Amino acid sequence: MRLFAGLLARNRLALVGAVVLAAVAVLALLVPVLPVRAPNVTDTAARYLRPLSEGHLLGTDHLGRDLLSRLLWGTRLSLAVGFAAAVIAAVIGAALGIVAGYFGGRTDNLIMRGVDMLMAFPYILLALAIVAALGPGLLNALIAVAAVNVPFFARNIRGITVGIANREFVDAARLAGMGHWRIIWSEILPNVVPVIVIAMSTTIGWMILETAGLSFLGLGSQPPQADLGSMLGEARAALITAPHTSVVPGVMILIIVMSINLLGDGVRDALDPRLRSGALSRPMAATRVARDTVPEPQGDGILTLQALETQFHVGGRVYRAVNKVSLSVHPGECLGIIGESGSGKSVTALSVMGLVASPPGVITGGAARYRGDDLIGAPYETLRSLRGDRIAYIFQDPLATLHPLYRVGDQLAEAIRVHHPLGRAEAWARAVALLHSVRIPNPESRAKAYPHEMSGGMRQRVGIAMALANDPDVIIADEPTTALDVTVQAQILSLLDELRRARGLAIIFITHDFGVVAQLCDRVAVMYAGRIVEEGPTGVLLESPAHPYTRRLIDCVPELGAGRRRLAAIPGLPPAVDQLPPGCAFAPRCGRKQPACEAGEIGLEGSGARRVRCLYPEVEEP
Amino acid sequence: MGAYILRRLISAIPVLLGITVIVFAIMEMIPGDPATAILGSYATPENVEKLNRELGLDKPAVQRYFIWLGNMLTGDFGQSYALNRPVLDEVLERFGATLILAGVAFVLCSGLGVLAGVVSAARQYGPADRAITFVVLLGISIPSFFLGMMMILLFAVKLRWLPVSGMYAIYGGGDLQDLLRHLVMPASALAVVATGVIARLSRGAMLEVLRQDFIRTARAKGVPERRVIQGHALRAAMVGIIPVLGIQAGFVLSGAVYIEMVFQWPGVGRMLVDAILKRDILLVQGGVVFVAACYVLFNIVVDVAQSLLDPRIKT
Ligand code: SF4
Repeated sequence: MRLFAGLLARNRLALVGAVVLAAVAVLALLVPVLPVRAPNVTDTAARYLRPLSEGHLLGTDHLGRDLLSRLLWGTRLSLAVGFAAAVIAAVIGAALGIVAGYFGGRTDNLIMRGVDMLMAFPYILLALAIVAALGPGLLNALIAVAAVNVPFFARNIRGITVGIANREFVDAARLAGMGHWRIIWSEILPNVVPVIVIAMSTTIGWMILETAGLSFLGLGSQPPQADLGSMLGEARAALITAPHTSVVPGVMILIIVMSINLLGDGVRDALDPRLRSGALSRPMAATRVARDTVPEPQGDGILTLQALETQFHVGGRVYRAVNKVSLSVHPGECLGIIGESGSGKSVTALSVMGLVASPPGVITGGAARYRGDDLIGAPYETLRSLRGDRIAYIFQDPLATLHPLYRVGDQLAEAIRVHHPLGRAEAWARAVALLHSVRIPNPESRAKAYPHEMSGGMRQRVGIAMALANDPDVIIADEPTTALDVTVQAQILSLLDELRRARGLAIIFITHDFGVVAQLCDRVAVMYAGRIVEEGPTGVLLESPAHPYTRRLIDCVPELGAGRRRLAAIPGLPPAVDQLPPGCAFAPRCGRKQPACEAGEIGLEGSGARRVRCLYPEVEEP
Repeated sequence: MGAYILRRLISAIPVLLGITVIVFAIMEMIPGDPATAILGSYATPENVEKLNRELGLDKPAVQRYFIWLGNMLTGDFGQSYALNRPVLDEVLERFGATLILAGVAFVLCSGLGVLAGVVSAARQYGPADRAITFVVLLGISIPSFFLGMMMILLFAVKLRWLPVSGMYAIYGGGDLQDLLRHLVMPASALAVVATGVIARLSRGAMLEVLRQDFIRTARAKGVPERRVIQGHALRAAMVGIIPVLGIQAGFVLSGAVYIEMVFQWPGVGRMLVDAILKRDILLVQGGVVFVAACYVLFNIVVDVAQSLLDPRIKT
């Protein structure tokens, strides 16, 4: 109930729906005591009076009956029938669904086969067949509409029940010797009732429409009794001469169904966790940029990040995923960025080309310069022409990052064709050549394969081939070998190494694995909680790590250069980046912590290539 | 692919049989006996018994089901007593008219629905999205028969742009242009609800896909945003949209009954309503079985389309 109230407060449209619906329902309930005329009193002298006639606010129909009165009584009837149909369908459907889902096996099979059969019918056709058998009449129309909606409930509730029936508390109840029906009553039912209610609220509008439809066809309520549908049906003969007799009931149906839909949408949105977390909002073509100042160009790297800041704005909270990160990479050089997951290393990489999903991502400061030109806030077309052409990405998990419905050859050819005016055949030939260059056997036939038809290692090679497609200057590789086994991993690393030596490629290599770093990178930056905490040439940094965090990371690697490397746990968790402590972010997990560490900002200090963000580093003179 | 289609056709056989069983069972619920219904309540008992024997109604239900099924397989759906002509002839003739109406409406609602959903998703929370969302809400809330009546008032009576009802003009019509003029209103009125449903689901499917990693890959490759949406995202979203199209086809096909009533369209839906009111049971039975069977076959087409689109489906 609190949830409901909160929802209405947040969603104005749902509130409007609720208010309108409540008003209509109250009117319908109160008709018998309202001072309106009797609905079935005919007065042939006063036929087809227009609305606002004396004594007849909405006019009269073809028999001179008061339309306002008929409308209210009809609304009452339509609401009652729609609601009853929804309840009946929900009860029967839920019963079938629970029995099928709980007992499973042959019972399930039998029930669901029957349900599938019913669903094979075009919906309204089945209702017509049932009315045909039972004969026209409002009660029979109600039964028909309820019956055709049973499968919908049975299916939904079965799905939920199957999930619940396998949970521990149900097993426990079974072991405790509870009977089936008692388990269903006390363990299953309480869990499915909310689902039933929600399903009902979304279908009730539909049921009102359907019963109105059958009445409209003359198969529902019979004269003189009228629901909204049969009012419309009777009015149809005089549509042209007395349109108000049609408009009045029609608009009422529209109002009722629309307010139910508004309310139902509101409920659905409120209960959908994806909507609240922003997971259903569309990421823009490039990350949103909101920064006040642009730093002066600095450094001579081919790609230079200057005090880059990227945040996630979710609800009222701000997550500082990347906090003033400065980096630089030169042609032919490989820079490693290492850190635990959530340290901001991937977000740093994606920020460069505006690939951080936005919303919720926002770049709030700093610059990313390619050959001196700032990419942050660059026009979309500039970014696009550089993406994949001069600066290319290799992503983790190519099963998710390659398009599942395009052949890999087409995906490669497309990467070329969006930057170069090339014919189809020519681009395809280049794609095959690229596959060959990353040592995929039988490239001609593999190019015709879909991603799901390839092995993980092969897919990763396709990812690399795609990054190489336009002979870029910089490749940003985000954990490209994590999902692979050690042999394949080694092959891919040596492939990348060879490519950068042969083509003068600059590589930014993001990983959590020191073994990989040692094998490939010239320099390393260690990230923690969105910041660089230590930076230096690979050899020196591995030999004598200065930051306690780096030291811990290295200690966690079992044997450098052999076996399956995983970061073993460091006690404690990285801080949530929306509530960073003052001073050193690593302090809560650090063994060398002193009071000064938590007093204030600590700079990234050092000489030359070696810098560290720590007051009491592990080595005196880093 | 050929083998896949064949397998799907074979797997449709039990469904088709199930449909005949359900229809037969429903018709068995009819109170009283059909002979009395046909001959009227003043018929002599001898006449009723004679007719019952002629119609084979004195046999047990199971036997009668198989006789009925066997007859249908040979194309004999029985005789409509009210129209005094073979059920199948009447159904085929009427179904043609319904197919034209529902077919055009289906093309309209799939095209417009997917388009609206894609635009809505691409401009999420923008003015276009809000406008579409509102129109869609209106569309799924309005009864199609009421909408049809209002269209008649506006376009036929007030503006005189289009004919009020029927399939062809009574005098001088009969060509394609005449048919199209008569089709505009009923087909659009029929398409509205389905368009709304399809637009909603397409928007949702697109938004879901746009969050996927392979969309980021396409952007990282430098694919222009327009192509990211219309190519990469839409292609992947279609996998979720096509089954919805199949379901909506059923709604359009059976929802045609309201539109046929409003616009006096000589389709199978109106035939069924008339038959129900006249208690012409064989005609109802035959019509329902025929339309349901067509819908089952149409769903196979949907499945095949799906398998062509998605290489991950084993064919
Ligand atoms: S600054 Fe202090 S708390 Fe932070 S890592 Fe260094 S020693 Fe540990």
